[in-house]
Order: sequence, then structure tokens, then C-alpha cells
Amino acid sequence: METKFEIEKLNLYYGTFQALKEIDMSIYGNKITALIGPSGCGKSTFLRTLNRMNDLIQGVKIDGLIKFDNQDIYGKDYDLIELRKKVGMVFQKPNPFPKTIYENIVYGPKIHGEKNKSTLDHIVERTLKEVALWEEVKDRLHKPALGLSGGQQQRLCIARCLAVEPEVILMDEPTSALDPVATSKIEGLLEELAVKYTIVIVTHNMQQAGRVSDYTSFFLNGKVIETDKTEVIFSNPANKKTEDYITGRFG
Amino acid sequence: MKTYEKIIEKLILICAVTATISVALITLFIFKSGLPVLADYGVFNFIFGTTWSPTNGSYGIFPLIAGTLSVTLGALVIGIPTGIACAVFLAEILPKRWAKAFKSAIELLAGIPSVVYGFFGLVVLVPAIRNFVLPIYKIFHPDASATGFSILAGAVILAIMILPTIVSISENSIAAVPREYKEASLALGANKMETIVRILIPAAKSGILSSIILGMGRAIGETMAVLLITGNMAKVPNGILDPVATLTGTIAMEMGYASPTHQQALFAVGIILFIIIMLLNIFAQLSMRGMGGSTR
Repeated sequence: METKFEIEKLNLYYGTFQALKEIDMSIYGNKITALIGPSGCGKSTFLRTLNRMNDLIQGVKIDGLIKFDNQDIYGKDYDLIELRKKVGMVFQKPNPFPKTIYENIVYGPKIHGEKNKSTLDHIVERTLKEVALWEEVKDRLHKPALGLSGGQQQRLCIARCLAVEPEVILMDEPTSALDPVATSKIEGLLEELAVKYTIVIVTHNMQQAGRVSDYTSFFLNGKVIETDKTEVIFSNPANKKTEDYITGRFG
Repeated sequence: MKTYEKIIEKLILICAVTATISVALITLFIFKSGLPVLADYGVFNFIFGTTWSPTNGSYGIFPLIAGTLSVTLGALVIGIPTGIACAVFLAEILPKRWAKAFKSAIELLAGIPSVVYGFFGLVVLVPAIRNFVLPIYKIFHPDASATGFSILAGAVILAIMILPTIVSISENSIAAVPREYKEASLALGANKMETIVRILIPAAKSGILSSIILGMGRAIGETMAVLLITGNMAKVPNGILDPVATLTGTIAMEMGYASPTHQQALFAVGIILFIIIMLLNIFAQLSMRGMGGSTR
């Protein structure tokens, strides 16, 4: 099994507050890894270290090692643009640009130099089909994306992310702002996407983690308490704290 | 208590009504004073006549309109790129702490009396244009001559004067673009510049547009600074180093000694100015409303 990310002794500080403590983890290719844990445990922060989105926040300090395809992503010569291209992200709140559906999807490819109209058309169709949105929007590709429903917007955001042909997709509670129907659509999508992509998903919802993921990692107070195959975590966790959280005794 | 409240309420009502009535009365007065000349002379002749020579009874204000428009346009050509660049710099590039200091400094520009701007233009800008810009201009037009009192001088000063309006409104609307858009763009591998140009500025465009329109209104209405440095020649200009007279400057200069008909003509100039600025305000308000509608 191919290892996509290899994380060793990762520490992250917001000023003097240490948000992540000594994290060791492997993330495997073409698998879905779920990160669970109570609010403020550092799982979203951890997710955002994988495509270096934390760089945007002032006062963040990181030490330790994160290797993506065996290269240190915080290394001096590492190309940040290349990283963000290969490691896409879907956010908690659907955030399509205030542009048309079509423009939302071609934004990434255009930034990376794709100008050919028919190639762009093709990308739009391919990605919208991948997220099962094509049938719903094919007649209004040039209408504002903000006119779509929340669930459709989130699928559009996933399509936008796929348009730059990433290898990994990071999802930060992608369904927490959606209703149950839209949520189940996106969950169904994840399984199909995992055939081609590696997915790391942060979720508050333990049933969701149980339903969709291959691996689950339990975070608590900035530490990884336990990482294992999802069925092991949910049926036979090694750590007492994991068991307490899973069974709803705190969190 | 009840009567006390009622009295306050009435007082406030009176204040509000007074303000509104004053505006209405001023409007009425301007139109009443200016309309006879417009009727006698003919609206078309008045607006498109190319000779402004009140002592000889010629009231063609086209040169004045051309003067105002050329100076305003020049100010916008200089002020818009500078203002937007400045707004982007403050909102996105400079660290917050510094941005605050810079922004207040720029807003301070709005508090400087316009006559001071005019004086600055008179002693610094006009000689500078005569001594430095004219020689360059002469390379292309060998027989050109200029005193420095010019469209260029007016445009530069007005550009500085409208900067606070453009910068502060544009900065606010760029800063108000949801953080999620920026993050989404960066997460797709766009760099900072691409994100600014392709996402932030388009998302803030209605605010930027209304800042430009408000700045333009200020530029058109400005009198004193422009009066001191544009040369006040009521002739249709041929180039940016030509002197011009503006609508506002002409009213200010000539009202003091005007004969009755001349005075009416100046009021008619006021009507034209009034209409231009009114239209601009309506545009500004429409585009602001557009901003509320387009973000979500």
C-alpha cells in the first residue's frame, strides 16, 4: 500500500499555544482517512498543515516533518503552488466564487495555464459528472454558482477541486453545513472518489466516519490518541479514551 | 414624561424638515434664477455654444464643460489605478497594524482645505510642469508653449484630492470580501496576485465602482484648487498642457462683478452642474445597491 503522507513529530504553535503535539501518522493512497475528535482538538489544524493553509495565519510556527510522496513539504525548495495543486481542499462552508458555475470550475485550470476552450469545456463536464452534478446543472453552466442549493454548491466546490487534477483531497467537515439528503449524496460520492484520489476528511459526525472511511484517527487535545483501520477503532479500540469518545461518554 | 418626549419628537421633526426644505429651496432658487437665460438663449446654444464671452452677450458654455470634463477625466485616469492599487495594498499586503496608520493618513488628505491644495499646485506643480514637463512635450511638438497652468496641473491635484474617497471605500469593500473566497483560490494553487486580481477585485467591484463615482462627483464639484491652477481660459483645449476654465471655477470668479443677465447665465451653469452631479449620485446609489444584491 502506497503511503501518500508521512508525518513525523509534528508540532504546531499559534503564538505560545501549542495546538498540535508530537503527531506521527501515515496517510495511505486511495484510502479515506477520517479525523475525529471533540471541538478544538486540532484535527482541522492538522488537516490544514497538509496543504500548508496554516501559512496564511500570522504567528503560526511548525516543527517536525511532513513528507508528501517522500518530499518534505516544509522544505526550502518545495514548490507551494505544486503542493496546493496536488493536494486540493474542500471547506466546511460551501464557498463557490461569486462567478458562474462554469467559471468556478475553470478557475484552477486557467490559473495553471490551460487556455484551450474545448479542453476547459471537457474539464467542466468531466468534473461535474464525477460529483454527480452534471445532470442538474448542464443547462445553466453560465448562471451564478451562488444560485445553487447548499448541497449543490458543496459538490461544485468538490468539482472545482478535482478540476486541477489533485492526488489528495482534504475535506474539512464538508457536510456539517448541509441537510441529511445532501450529506448522504456527498458521502456516496466519497467512495467513488477514493478509487482515483486519496481523501482525508475531518468530521464531527462519528457515524459518518464509520460509514465512509477506511482509516480513522482520533485526536484529543492536540495529540493523536489512536490511528487504525476504521472497523478496529469502532469495534475494538486500543485506548480507553478512544472507546469513551466513540461510545459518547464525552465530546 | 410623555409631553417631554413629544416635544423632543417635534423638535427633531422640525430639524429634519428644515434640512430638506433648505435643499429644496436652494434647488428652486437656482432653477428660478437660471432658467430665464436658458429659455432666452436656447438650451442647445447654451450647452453647445463654443464662445463664453459674457461681456459681449455670448453664453456658450461648451468650453467650460470641456474644461470640467477634461480635468475630471485626467484626475480619474491618474486617481483610479493609484487608488485601487493603494486599497489592495492596504487591505491585502500590508500587515494590519501598519495598514491602520496608513489608512488614517490617507483619510487625513480629505481634511485638508481645498485652497491649500490649490496653493500647493500653484507654487509646486505649475512651475514643475513649466520646467520639466514642457521640455519633454516640446520634443514632439517643437512650437508648443505653456505656462504650466493646465489640465495636467488640475488633474494631478484633483487625483490627490479624490484619493481618500477611492482608497477608503475600495479598501472597505475589498476587506469585506469573505475570507472563504480567498482561501478557496489559494487552495487551488493560485498565488497572491492571481487571487487579488481574479477573485478579490471582481468580488469587490461594486464597492470600487461606487468609490470611483463618488470621487468623480468630488472632482467635478471642486472649485478652489482647480481655479488656482488651470489658468481659467474659456477655450476648448487641444492638449493636456492647455489652460482651461471649469464650470465651478467660472461661477466663483465671475459672480462678483456680473451684470444681471451674466448672473443669470452663471446660475444656468449651476443648473447644468447640479444635473451632472445629481446623475452621478444616482449612479453611485444604484451601484451600491448592486453590491448588496450581488454578493449573495
